[in-house]
Amino acid sequence: MPTFVYMTRCDGCGHCVDICPSDIMHIDKKYRRAMNIEPNMCWECYSCVKACPHQAIDVRGYADFAPLGHSVRVIRDEEKGTIAWKIKFRDGREKNFLSPITTQPWGTKIPDFRNEAQPTEEMRNSELLAFEPESIRLDDGGLHTLESNGLKLKEGVYY
Amino acid sequence: MGYKTIIEDNIDILVVGAGLGGTGAGYEARYWGRDKKVVIAEKANIDRSGAVAQGLYAINCYMGTRWGENNPEDHVRYARMDLMGMVREDLAFDMARHVDSAVHKFEEWGLPLMRNPETGAYMREGRWQIMIHGESYKPIVAEAAKVNADKTFNRIMVTHLLMDDAKENRVAGAVGFNVRTGNYHVFKSKTVVVGAGGASNIFKPRSVGEGAGRVWYAPWSSGSAYALLIEAGAKMTQMENRIVLARFKDGYGPVGAYFLHLKTYTQNAYGDEYESKWFPALEKMVGKAYLDTENQHFSHKPIPTCLRNHAFISEVNAGRGPIHMVTVEAFQDPHLEEVGWENFLGMTVGQAVLWAATDIDPKYINPELTTSEPYVMGSHATGCGAWCSGPEDVSGDIPEYFWGYNRMMTVDGLFGAGDAVGGTPHAFSSGSFTEGRLSAKAACKYIDDGKAEGITVSDEQIAKRKAEVYKPLETYTVGRNEIVGGTVSPSYILPMPGLQRLQKLMDEYAGGVTVSYMTNDKLLNMGLQKLKILEEDLDKVAAEDIHQLLRAWELKHRHRTSECVVQHTLFREETRWPGYYYRGDAMKVDDENWHVLTTSQRNRNTGEYTMEKQPLYHLVGGEDK
Repeated sequence: MPTFVYMTRCDGCGHCVDICPSDIMHIDKKYRRAMNIEPNMCWECYSCVKACPHQAIDVRGYADFAPLGHSVRVIRDEEKGTIAWKIKFRDGREKNFLSPITTQPWGTKIPDFRNEAQPTEEMRNSELLAFEPESIRLDDGGLHTLESNGLKLKEGVYY
Repeated sequence: MGYKTIIEDNIDILVVGAGLGGTGAGYEARYWGRDKKVVIAEKANIDRSGAVAQGLYAINCYMGTRWGENNPEDHVRYARMDLMGMVREDLAFDMARHVDSAVHKFEEWGLPLMRNPETGAYMREGRWQIMIHGESYKPIVAEAAKVNADKTFNRIMVTHLLMDDAKENRVAGAVGFNVRTGNYHVFKSKTVVVGAGGASNIFKPRSVGEGAGRVWYAPWSSGSAYALLIEAGAKMTQMENRIVLARFKDGYGPVGAYFLHLKTYTQNAYGDEYESKWFPALEKMVGKAYLDTENQHFSHKPIPTCLRNHAFISEVNAGRGPIHMVTVEAFQDPHLEEVGWENFLGMTVGQAVLWAATDIDPKYINPELTTSEPYVMGSHATGCGAWCSGPEDVSGDIPEYFWGYNRMMTVDGLFGAGDAVGGTPHAFSSGSFTEGRLSAKAACKYIDDGKAEGITVSDEQIAKRKAEVYKPLETYTVGRNEIVGGTVSPSYILPMPGLQRLQKLMDEYAGGVTVSYMTNDKLLNMGLQKLKILEEDLDKVAAEDIHQLLRAWELKHRHRTSECVVQHTLFREETRWPGYYYRGDAMKVDDENWHVLTTSQRNRNTGEYTMEKQPLYHLVGGEDK
């Protein structure tokens, strides 16, 4: 079953239940810990693995085609803004990778438009979206149109 | 039944489904509608939902006009070439002229975009693709929607759109249920932007056990982008244009970065190049306008994806499979090796898991490729979706393409983004987000123009839908008493066996993988009959609990999507995309009769489909950069 949960590490906090895009991580009623209730609807997306505060969730490749004896572990750190992967092959070889996940302190750079100036009536009636045209090319250029680019729409087979 | 009805009233803009398209809508709606009520209903958790839940290692749609790289029309010409001519070029142009502004905002918000150290420009993977460290692409973008929406409802499976009882053909919101509490949620809204997902798992997958989860498109993409619209009576387009992906075998790891950035290439089991030998015969089938064997090499014109698939499938069927990706040369370079692995870890971890499990180190072994089961969606290299209006300054002179509000469907007040918008392939993540923005701005204008006045939703409509939503639970309760136990009942079917029946019939009658993507008019007609009977049985789909109720409704959405796919496939009497599917009774591209977009409309009351041909307008003028 793609994701599975180690009995001794899970405390039933439910972070995985909360995040799973496929709604397959559920709390087992008897053991009060999480489990994957529908392995054939698991994408191995690792959302639950990354969200687990106790590293209690792991992945065993799909039984249709993946032999036993491997692991791909991950630690995602929002504070540091990094994600670290450790791949262990069936024959014991290892590979490690480290990547950034963000360049900004988490969630601080998103504008709340309620605090911004209202768009003018002229902007409302134009084809421009928020922060355009400046944000398209970061210069004084306007929005591309058929006219500005010398284009026409023509019906027919050949073009 | 003990489930509460929770009504959210007076919504201005309701976003149904918050993947990249829906988040774009939630964000932009607030910019143009400061005092408007913006509500998001999402089936999972917005932080990890949709096709980008897992992350992405590339943004596949970025023009780079800022660096003088491409103009929007260049991208339109590329998409048109790749789709064998079948693109809504007005919508594609509109998306392409805005898309860079979305990408620049993503960078501001913290998404790590790689830079070319020499030029300072974004690191290109190919002409349209830029490379990113996108593990957190979705949570970063989700934040923009959450901050700006009034409310975000997670874990709501939207089952139906609500229709205005006072005015014909006007949307009035949506209903669904909470997959945790089971409660019934009613969203009364002036406009709806559907950002729901396309359809995985409607054709039998190659892996039918646990591995069925490792589909190319996310298993939670249940065709809601289509079923909601079809049932609301919206006109759909290009639903026959399913896509088959050539990918790393079993894990379906992406090949884009491998081909474009790592410069790996394919060969057959005996180490030979195989593509070019299939092209002369293929050229006869599709015509020189789409594949020019002699001049293709010199013109550097890319070959349409479906035609490359055709060569792949033909070579395998000729007994010279498997096809391998030659990685051992590129992977000697440690930087390229790192890119190759991180590409998977960033967006398809399952492929890394599989290579670890099978001791495949691509530095020493050339991995196998395969062609996938078909998928129905509209944001990757295919264009299924609803028939939408274009923007006035581009589409205004074409009556078939313009009816007042950008990205509005043929139902008043109903807008779309991402998979929901038809005829706009190659939008990918950034383009879907952009379409959401365009929709939201247009929806605000629609409301400000007074088009959403006097919407009425009767209590009868709400009650009728509620009874429908929970019927599978009741069916189970009643039928379960009849049997000792197990999953076999003469009175109901459970969602998983129902899904398997759908997949088997779509596979065998509508051109799935076990028949090498082949179908014909007879098979499609038989498929339609079987879908009709399945629909009768889906009236008796049973759900043991709320989780199964979710699966039951996903199955109903997949079924409705499939029906529309088969109707369209039957209507287009040609083989427009060899390598995606073949009409055995019409094995050629037929530009004389079928250089058109197809549309369908399902009658809300009778369930009958009306099929039409729509004209294709192509962008002319301007030189390719």
